Amino acid sequence: MSTTRSAEATSASARSPRRSPSRRSGVRGREAAAGWLFISPMIVILGLFLVVPVLMAAWVSVSDWTGRGSPLSSTVGFVGGENYSRLLADGGLATQDFGTAVRNNAWYVFLVVPLQTALSLFLAVMVNRKVLRGRGAFRTAFYFPSVTSSVAITVLFLFLFSASGAVNKGLSYLSITGPNWFADARGVVHVLLGALGVQSGPAALTGNGFLGITWWSWISGPSVAMSVFIIMAVFTTSGTFMLLFIAALQQISGDVEEAALMDGTSAWQRFWYVTVPMLRPTLFTVITLGLIGCWQVFDQIYTGTQGGPAKTTLTPAYLSYQSSFEQQQWGRGAAIAFVLFAIIVVLTIIQRLILRERDTVPRRKRFIHPIRTGESGAVPGAGAQR
Amino acid sequence: MRRTARSTTLTALIAGGALALTACGGGSSFDDDEPAGTAEPGTGDGTGASLTLLIGSSGDAETDAVNAAVAAWSEQSGIAASVNVASDLNQELAQGFAAASPPDVFYASTDQLAGWVANGSLHPYASELASADDFYPSLQENFTVDGEFYCAPKDFSTLALVINEDAWTEAGLTEADVPTDWDSLRSAAEALTTGDQVGLAFGPEYQRVGTFMAQAGGGLVSEDGTEAIADSPENIEALTFVQSMLTDGIAAFPSDIDTGWGGEAFGSGRAAMTIEGNWITGALRNDFPDVSYLVAPLPAGPAGQGTLQFTNCWGIAADSSNQEAAIDLVEFLTATEQQAEFAEAFGVMPSVESAGDDFRSTFPEQAAFLDSAEFAVGMPTVQGASDVIADFNGQIEGLRTADVEAMLQSVQTNMQAVLDSAG
Repeated sequence: MSTTRSAEATSASARSPRRSPSRRSGVRGREAAAGWLFISPMIVILGLFLVVPVLMAAWVSVSDWTGRGSPLSSTVGFVGGENYSRLLADGGLATQDFGTAVRNNAWYVFLVVPLQTALSLFLAVMVNRKVLRGRGAFRTAFYFPSVTSSVAITVLFLFLFSASGAVNKGLSYLSITGPNWFADARGVVHVLLGALGVQSGPAALTGNGFLGITWWSWISGPSVAMSVFIIMAVFTTSGTFMLLFIAALQQISGDVEEAALMDGTSAWQRFWYVTVPMLRPTLFTVITLGLIGCWQVFDQIYTGTQGGPAKTTLTPAYLSYQSSFEQQQWGRGAAIAFVLFAIIVVLTIIQRLILRERDTVPRRKRFIHPIRTGESGAVPGAGAQR
Repeated sequence: MRRTARSTTLTALIAGGALALTACGGGSSFDDDEPAGTAEPGTGDGTGASLTLLIGSSGDAETDAVNAAVAAWSEQSGIAASVNVASDLNQELAQGFAAASPPDVFYASTDQLAGWVANGSLHPYASELASADDFYPSLQENFTVDGEFYCAPKDFSTLALVINEDAWTEAGLTEADVPTDWDSLRSAAEALTTGDQVGLAFGPEYQRVGTFMAQAGGGLVSEDGTEAIADSPENIEALTFVQSMLTDGIAAFPSDIDTGWGGEAFGSGRAAMTIEGNWITGALRNDFPDVSYLVAPLPAGPAGQGTLQFTNCWGIAADSSNQEAAIDLVEFLTATEQQAEFAEAFGVMPSVESAGDDFRSTFPEQAAFLDSAEFAVGMPTVQGASDVIADFNGQIEGLRTADVEAMLQSVQTNMQAVLDSAG
């Protein structure tokens, strides 16, 4: 999805030299030609391998292409939004599958993105401390899962979390009987509710639904099997994002910290009101990349569970692959990809709105608050600072 | 001016950086899969003189056997042919069909058949074969769409009851106790269930549980293939019986007892009986050589005996430039002697009746599998049926506590929708 961004960026870069000869003539005109020459490999490569396939996929998503011959041949017909309506409005198996996949992936994103961001920030702050001995070793250790192939890690996790695997062995020493992780389709929220005695949802939730599955299923939480993938994603990606945070932390000069120290701030205040705001651009990058990566989760599912148990690890990306290659529903597969694209774009925009830099500091943030207590007003010490 | 140049470089850098990030951060790996089918360039298309085969192999034994057979045919016919082994057969075939350069001959499964027939990828040739009538009728039916017999069944397998002999005698059971109906199956499973051993284990999928539905006289699609019959009382009876065995603890799914599939549950001794096909014999020989077992046909249900059969066929591409040679090759590969050789090499059951006697004498212990062909039913082949079955399988995993009627009702709705749209 970010591929489109890069494509736009390139075409933007392609435009800028073209404008210049109109303003400057003569010798400068030849620079434009040189500019085109230099960026032409990029344009050709991106055009051939990104723009054209994306456009073709867009066409397939509104066509009845059956997978034989070129999708552009005359025998392929235009079916309008049929593939999309099958997917989103029809209520049949296609809608149910898509709803299930979105449900699973939404929980995955909802848990992975905050956890990996918090953990990577925590690790970055920890290994950035000058007093820490052997920082290099820690950095390498934390970064290591990121450079390992995700297939290898998935296979490792399949072993670790098998019914009689190391994790359950470890739990058994604590007298806990671990679940059969990768075969357990129960939703975590449902399990917790079940422990509180709620076995089935109220009629308002079980009777109505969205995308072919009931609201009660929507709130089921990630299945136990999906939870393993969540743990795995946090484990593998936090190292990468730690690296981004370390780079950003090293950009913050020591005098800022010292100035805050002189103002009599506590360590927590320095972190929360000085460091974190200065990391905002990096935070934006990390969350955006996290969102995109999480919505596109595919390889772990493909090598690990193939969507099972009971479809609770099905994700839109895997469903798209499955619909196209296994079930010959190419239009539906392409439509899933575009709906997924829309989901990612919308979420990124929302996140951008939330995290955008404001020119003026909002009033309630002008003073040092112990925590964001909102409109309580009775913040101790606020008057004294005024 | 310098500014422009710099900002251009910067934009280019950002673009490049974004591209690099896409490559690592996205996690989409579609383009990472190197298709094995294209590993050998220069064979197949263009000349029309040589053939390419794409197979999904179960292992070296199968690959070697197919290679040897194809080489023998090449020598006999003078036409070069190369065998490629796919790691993801459906994906590689899909690429071939889309590019209009598919392999000439390939393994085709029953659940893909309808889709490929619908888009015209398959060349219907099977009725032209001299030995067309020799294939088991139920197999012919599996590969017949709208009265056209599309492709020659490669081999097939049926499900039967595999019994651990040691556990059997230990439980005080004799040969007379080999289950013949549901009651005797239940009592045998009860007798065989001990502390760390469950009586019967089978995978949580229609491909196993469906045998009980067949024995009860049910199924998923009516005989004429126009109506879904998933919510019939026969199916409810069958699933209720399976559910009662699960809740009584005398039957279990492999994942409940720390194993990956029925064969592993059986071989490791966690289950005394399992419902599997004849591939289990090879798996047991390799992984659990000490287990002694006997194979019996599945017990009869209220509507008599029933089991499921699975099969693949030798598909020939409509886009193949040398169909005549391809048909000749398939004729060679499905001939009685060649099938007997395949059976010996990697344990499949021949798809022609004339090779049956040979199979029975070579593998007397597997006779029950072949005998089951008489009453075996195939998987529904209508396009989209595999989705419905996949969804059903997801629900079967929760069968122990499920509401059987509601479960079958949802399958009924989905299956009828598929049949209507295939109409």
